[in-house]
Formats: sequence, C-alpha cells, structure tokens
Amino acid sequence: MDVILDAKQIEAKLGQLARTVAGDCANADELAVIGIRSRGEVLAQRLAEMLARELGRTILCGTLDITLYRDDLNDPQGDQPPTVRSTDIDFDVTGKLVLLVDDVLHTGRSVRSAMDALIDLGRPQAIRLAVLIDRGHHELPIQADYAGIKVEVPEDKSVLVQLWDTDEMEQVVIE
Amino acid sequence: MARRRTDKFRWHRKHLLGLRDLSRQEIEHILDTAHGFEQISTRSIKKAPALRGKVVVNMFFEDSTRTRNSFTLAANRLSADVIEFTKKSSSVSKGETLIDTARNLEAMGIDIVVIRHNAGGAAKLLSRTINACVVNAGDGFNEHPTQALLDAYTIRRVRGSLEGLKVGIVGDIAHSRVARSNVWALTKLGAEVVLIGPPTLMPGKVEQLPVRVSYSLDDVIEELDVINMLRIQFERLGGNPFPSVREYSHFFGLTVDRMKRAKENITVMHPGPINRGLEIESEVADGPNSVILQQVANGLAVRMAVLFLVHQAAIEEQRGKV
Repeated sequence: MDVILDAKQIEAKLGQLARTVAGDCANADELAVIGIRSRGEVLAQRLAEMLARELGRTILCGTLDITLYRDDLNDPQGDQPPTVRSTDIDFDVTGKLVLLVDDVLHTGRSVRSAMDALIDLGRPQAIRLAVLIDRGHHELPIQADYAGIKVEVPEDKSVLVQLWDTDEMEQVVIE
Repeated sequence: MARRRTDKFRWHRKHLLGLRDLSRQEIEHILDTAHGFEQISTRSIKKAPALRGKVVVNMFFEDSTRTRNSFTLAANRLSADVIEFTKKSSSVSKGETLIDTARNLEAMGIDIVVIRHNAGGAAKLLSRTINACVVNAGDGFNEHPTQALLDAYTIRRVRGSLEGLKVGIVGDIAHSRVARSNVWALTKLGAEVVLIGPPTLMPGKVEQLPVRVSYSLDDVIEELDVINMLRIQFERLGGNPFPSVREYSHFFGLTVDRMKRAKENITVMHPGPINRGLEIESEVADGPNSVILQQVANGLAVRMAVLFLVHQAAIEEQRGKV
C-alpha cells in the first residue's frame, strides 16, 4: 500500500486547483461547483470554499447522485450499485459554468453518468471536470480539465481516496 | 434533512408482496431510497434512465385510478415501458386464469408485474409461478404495501420520525388492506397504532395484531399524533355494519368540532378517494393539518423506489448465477 498524497498534500493540491480554476473563471459570474457523491461531494465543498476566497464572492455548490444513470445498473456482471441517495442542487444549472468534481478519474464512466444526470436538470453553459487524481486507463473519450495529480496506475491496482468527512483518515493510497 | 443511512444494507427481495415479513431495516431502506427519487418529480425533465428498456405490466383485476396511475407514472419516470392490463379489456373476461394470463405476458419478455386482485394471496401465487418481479398493489383484504410505505414516508417527512408516535387508523378496518399494511409498517418503525371503528368493522382476530383497539374516536382523539381516516368502502360492505351513514359519520367522522379536541399539530391523512362529509369534513381534508395531497406525491417516489429495488434484486439474482 503506497501513500501517494497525505492530508497536507491533498490540501495543497486542492488549493492549486482552486487557484487555476479561479484564474480561468475570473469573469464567470455563473460558476457553480457540483460534486459527485460521495467523495466528490466533499471535495466540491472544499473547492467551493477556496474559490469563494479566491474570487471574493459566494460560489454555488451542489451534490449529484449518479446511481440511476450508471451504465452497469442492469449488467449482471457489473458491480452492485450503491444505495440511491438524493441529488441536492438547489439552484438552476441552466446557463451556469459547472465545475464537476470527483475524486478519481479512471474509466470516465462516472463522469459520463454525471453529465447525463446534470443535463436532465437543465442546460449548463459549459461543464468542466476537476479531479484530485487522474489515474489513466480511460474507457471513454473523457479528459479532466483540472487534475490535482496525474499518475499511471496499473489496472490491477486501485486508488483509494480517504477524507476526514467520510473516513477515519485523510490520504490517497494505491493498493 | 438528516437521514439515518443504511449503506451497508443490501436489498435482496425481487418481489414486494407485503410488509408483514419485512424487517424494520428493509422498510427503512425503501423509505431512504424513495428520498432519492423525490426530486425527479420536481425538475423539468422528470425522467431517469434506471429502468430503460424494461417492461412493467400493470395487472389490475380491480378498479383503481390513483394506484394504477401512480405505478404507471413511477415506471415511466424510470424510463420503463408500461403495459396496462385491466380485467374488462382482457382475456380474463374470456375465462383465462390469472396464471395463464401472467405466463402469456411473461412470454413477451416482461420484467416487473404490478398486480391488484380481489383475492388475498394473488400476488404471492403469481410470484411463485413467474420469473418476473412481482409487486403487490393490493390483494383482497390482505395487504397494500406501497400505500402503507407512502403513509410511513409521509409521516416521517412531516414528523421527522415515527418513533413513539401514536397513530390512529379510523374506519372499516375489517375490509382494509391499507390498515393491515399500515399496522405492520408503522409498528415496525416504532409507532403505536390504535385501530378505531365500530365493532362490526373490526377484523375477526384483531387481538392478534400488535395494536390497541378503540370503539370510540372521542375516547382517543386527544392522544393521537397522526390520524389516518379510511374510506368507507361501500362496494365491499355486505349486510348492515352500521345503522346509517349519518350515524357512522356522527361517531367516526373527522369533523371540525372533533379536530378542536385533537392535538394542535395532529397530522391528518387519508388514502383516498375521499367521501367528503362522510368520514372527513371538507374543512378538515383541505385544512392546514391535512397531508392528503403530499401522500399522493410521496406515493410516486415510494413506487419508483420499489420498482427500482425489486428490479435490482432480480439483477442481483442473475449476478449470483454468473
């Protein structure tokens, strides 16, 4: 088990992400940060707070549950689906510049589901993708606009993101 | 709203036949899942692809508008195709049996059967005969699980929790599958249930149910946190269970006068359709304590959750065989 980011490094990488996004979106009044349940939710909230400090205004933030949009729901060989939880976005996404946030970009299938779920809620002006780790091995033509780190992780290993809000520790490990 | 999560829990039933055999955890899992479906109905595109390419059959051997429409809409919102099957327009009127009808439908490749039937146990019988998932939408005087689930969901939504609440169910308990399913759901979730009605409308072995019984609404009205008024089902009543409709209404109707003696925040429910002025006065049905229309809206979320969960259990069963 290799630790690739500790708590301090996670904080630093998120700070870097926030500054880059803030630089790109300084004029975007309609910026909204939306996290994919469950780790993306936590990261989105942290990023929204950092962006609010960088840009000096409050940033809309919401959470997307993608369970009903997963492409392996009806696949007998797929994983068991997680519990359906609620999507909590209390603003209209139409016209917004949505920063979609997830912890790990791997196959790209969660992001595909998330984009479909988002577009059922309205028509964003644009959707950008921010992830803490891009581990490679994408299976769909989906790339991250912002990645905290990029590491090639072999298919037989998994990347585990643990955050204080959902876990007992905060770190990113490969196991 | 803070929710108790049951993340580690896995739903494994591919049929929902009744609530009697369900654990508290299973019932809570359905309600938690329903919460996630609620917002689909409030957004501009009221659809999610969870049952895309699947077929749901509504087999209704008894009249129903609310429940049938609710199931149809729930299936549609999950992107399933729906076949509407009613007794009048089918081969049943030509003498085909329930099982044969279901097997024929199944041969067309259906995934979920929603059945309402006047015989208790019809849903269970069907579940033993076909491979598709079976959801009971009311069988005889036995159970109507999705109605009780939406009642429990509504109470939880309004009151936060059912733990320790006193819930009165008033009316024709003997002929009410709604009452029976409610007893199982509410008591398992920690509420105390009081069945209220004239002795002639109490079921035979009522003392075997985990409930209190009262033959006088006036005796207990002051204690109740929730009151669920059942419809007088004239179509099911044989003989003369009460001397007159006026007399029933006088003793068991939820009137403005009676409401004055109830707790100020009492939650007023009714499974519909309402006989206004009979079991409930219009001012009460439309009043601030009434959640009758919320029940209807919540019914949709609960039925979406049930369709989703039974279908996932069927997929899970295939996973076991892969």
